[in-house]
Amino acid sequence: MVTAKELTFEYIRRDADGNPKGTVRAVDALSLHVKKGQFIAIVGHNGSGKSTFARLLNVLLAPAEGTVFIDGMDTRDESKLLDIRMTCGMVFQNPDNQIIGQVVEEDVAFGPENMGVPTEEIRARVDDALRTVGMYEKREASPNKLSGGQKQRVSIAGVIAMHPKCIVLDEPTAMLDPKGREEVLKAAHMLNRKEQITIILITHHMEETVDADRIFVMDKGRIAMDGTPEEIFSRPGQLKELHLSLPQATELGEALKERGVALDTRVLKPAQLVEALCRLR
Amino acid sequence: MSIALEHASYIYDKGSAMAHEALRDVTLEIADGTFAGLIGHTGSGKSTLVQLLNGLLVPTSGRVLYDGRDIADAAVRKRELRAKVGLVFQYPEHQLFEADVLSDVMFGPRNLGLDKEEARRRAGAALELVGIDETVYEQSPFDLSGGQKRRVAIAGVIAMEPRVLILDEPTAGLDPQGREEILSLIRSLHQASGMTVILVSHSMEDVARFVERIIVMNHGSVFADGTPAEVFSRATELKEIGLAPPAVTEICRMLKEQGWDVRTDVTTVEEALETILSGLAHRSPA
Amino acid sequence: MHAITIGQYYQASSVLHRLDPRVKLMGTLAFIIILFFADSFYAYALAAGFLFAMIGLSTVPVGMILRGMRAVLMLLLITVLFNLFLTPGEEVFRFSVLKITKEGIDMAVMMAMRLFMLVAASSVLTLTTTPQKLTDAIEHVMKPLKLFRVPVHAIAMMMSIALRFIPILAEETDKIMKAQMARGASFDEGNIFRRAKSLIPVLVPLFVSSFRRASDLALAMEARCYHGGEGRTRMKPLRYEMRDAAACLVLLLFLGGMIALIVLF
Repeated sequence: MVTAKELTFEYIRRDADGNPKGTVRAVDALSLHVKKGQFIAIVGHNGSGKSTFARLLNVLLAPAEGTVFIDGMDTRDESKLLDIRMTCGMVFQNPDNQIIGQVVEEDVAFGPENMGVPTEEIRARVDDALRTVGMYEKREASPNKLSGGQKQRVSIAGVIAMHPKCIVLDEPTAMLDPKGREEVLKAAHMLNRKEQITIILITHHMEETVDADRIFVMDKGRIAMDGTPEEIFSRPGQLKELHLSLPQATELGEALKERGVALDTRVLKPAQLVEALCRLR
Repeated sequence: MSIALEHASYIYDKGSAMAHEALRDVTLEIADGTFAGLIGHTGSGKSTLVQLLNGLLVPTSGRVLYDGRDIADAAVRKRELRAKVGLVFQYPEHQLFEADVLSDVMFGPRNLGLDKEEARRRAGAALELVGIDETVYEQSPFDLSGGQKRRVAIAGVIAMEPRVLILDEPTAGLDPQGREEILSLIRSLHQASGMTVILVSHSMEDVARFVERIIVMNHGSVFADGTPAEVFSRATELKEIGLAPPAVTEICRMLKEQGWDVRTDVTTVEEALETILSGLAHRSPA
Repeated sequence: MHAITIGQYYQASSVLHRLDPRVKLMGTLAFIIILFFADSFYAYALAAGFLFAMIGLSTVPVGMILRGMRAVLMLLLITVLFNLFLTPGEEVFRFSVLKITKEGIDMAVMMAMRLFMLVAASSVLTLTTTPQKLTDAIEHVMKPLKLFRVPVHAIAMMMSIALRFIPILAEETDKIMKAQMARGASFDEGNIFRRAKSLIPVLVPLFVSSFRRASDLALAMEARCYHGGEGRTRMKPLRYEMRDAAACLVLLLFLGGMIALIVLF
């Protein structure tokens, strides 16, 4: 679905007078492959290059070197620009700054309208998308009256209405409260399971990655770690070096093991730890 | 020396069709030097509460007392009150405006009528406390990294030398390391200065590790008020109002349900570790 | 700050609400223009009758329309006073240097009626039409300007985005003001220059945040395949219906009546 090959992107750094004073490699010869239908999490501290990577996938930025293939399409091919953006949709961090319409359903229609979808079909797509994220009841509401989690669900609906095969969510939960975070995560997992949409979730909350099929940990524009949640969480020392923290349940599990408790599984969630402990009795 | 609310209520747009009660009959007192956490989901009234505490909003009914004096009293000067009760808003870096870091931090002290020398001294002291060194004093605040900007903005309030420091979601949008830095900064501020600190957050895990008292807000009223252990032992109720207790508290509660002899009022990984280890030691030979 | 509503749309499903926004927009413009030609009691009576009929049809409470008048009350008052005292003619009443003339009274009443009806008519338009539909209508009505290379689609898109962001920016202004007040700033002290200067700590952050929002929004629009008006379809395209034809007929009858009255009297 998504293949990056030796992908590199550089920002030009400027001094106070605006003269260039060198470059920063935000993404540095990065290669990775995401299979169709997978749920991928990309984690990393601020400045690790994960948002830049997301923008390269959507051709909001053009790579300096290397390339990305989205569903077989080369992002360097300008004639494919709109096709790529339709195939790989994107949800951003700030809920307020990505809603264009003054009414929920008009915002969801924005993408299909830009794509030139016939009028009758737009209506059907918008209704379907809003039902999928559970916002159909609010279709005539003003976005300003919604909670953060609801706004992000509307943004997700706006992307679904474009019928993408893959959705990149760039820190969609960073500005939300716990309830909003849960709403957005649920929606993302549901799309992955029921609609078989490939999901690339970018986040720095490790708790949000426990249900992913695969985790890529980014640092200095490269992939520093790569594996299943079990594999990644079994290297707490390395995560700490990358300025990331373990979920509390995992941390507790590790601490118990250190004190000689023979837990038989890698703990990711509270319930797993409780089960493992009960098996010891 | 304390800050207190007495039957305070606040209604937005009172008298109009859009009127809604954000705070309902809240009575509480926070003693000098306390490190308290204020928790509640969005819309629970916690933002309104903190704005009442430093006089940005005046209660529609009830009183706000600072050192026993009603702050609505004409004799209490609002500006002095706001200097004594410093409020750091959510995403405080969005209020930076000066051409350089130092001038921005001096804005507060200058507003208090202090001369340049004194304002400069306080700004320097505040910046040192938040770990911003002199090499960036002359830089534009807009050129700093996200974490640095936030610390400069917090310094802007600390430079007013408040007795009470209220921080609304100070870790919002930061990565784990940034979160950790800001939280330990706040803890050391509390320890070094002895000022009252009120940490507003929706992250129970962050709050549980640092504060000695937790106030939980729900629908404009105080839902729970006590030590972290006391508050989190009401895990089921907290979940009902949409607040997730720390994962370790959850784990111990589930173990208890399975018949384990563990404490359910733990709030940190260390506490949970100890009680589970002792639970394992005393396990019945079932 | 909390009561801020732009466009002040009143949700209902009256005939007027369902009418094509282009018909309403052109109708309102025609009504306002013809008002400026009206110079007799009869013409005003007809216009007022038509306006009240429309208000009745709209099912919008009269109170809401009157509330819109508050904003122009000062203007109304000044206009009336100017006309009342400064129109030369037959003296009716004198108070030292001020005199009121018969012509002055006529003029003042006429101006007051004009202003009142002008504002009420535009209120009916904005109360019965969502801002989105209004911008759509403006885009359509301005289409001929494309011949003169006016970027009609871009202008309509900008209006639409502005309408979406005005409430957000209003809330943000409120937040920044409070944040600066918490740092001891005050906005209501000293003379006008000091007050203007005290706004700098609010305006700078507001500009910075607006630019950030604008660049975020541009990215989000691009990511959703926005590439200008070319090849764009609409979910709710504007379509004329039978009722729009009927409305046009009513409007033409009214305009005809007005012209007749203006010519006759």
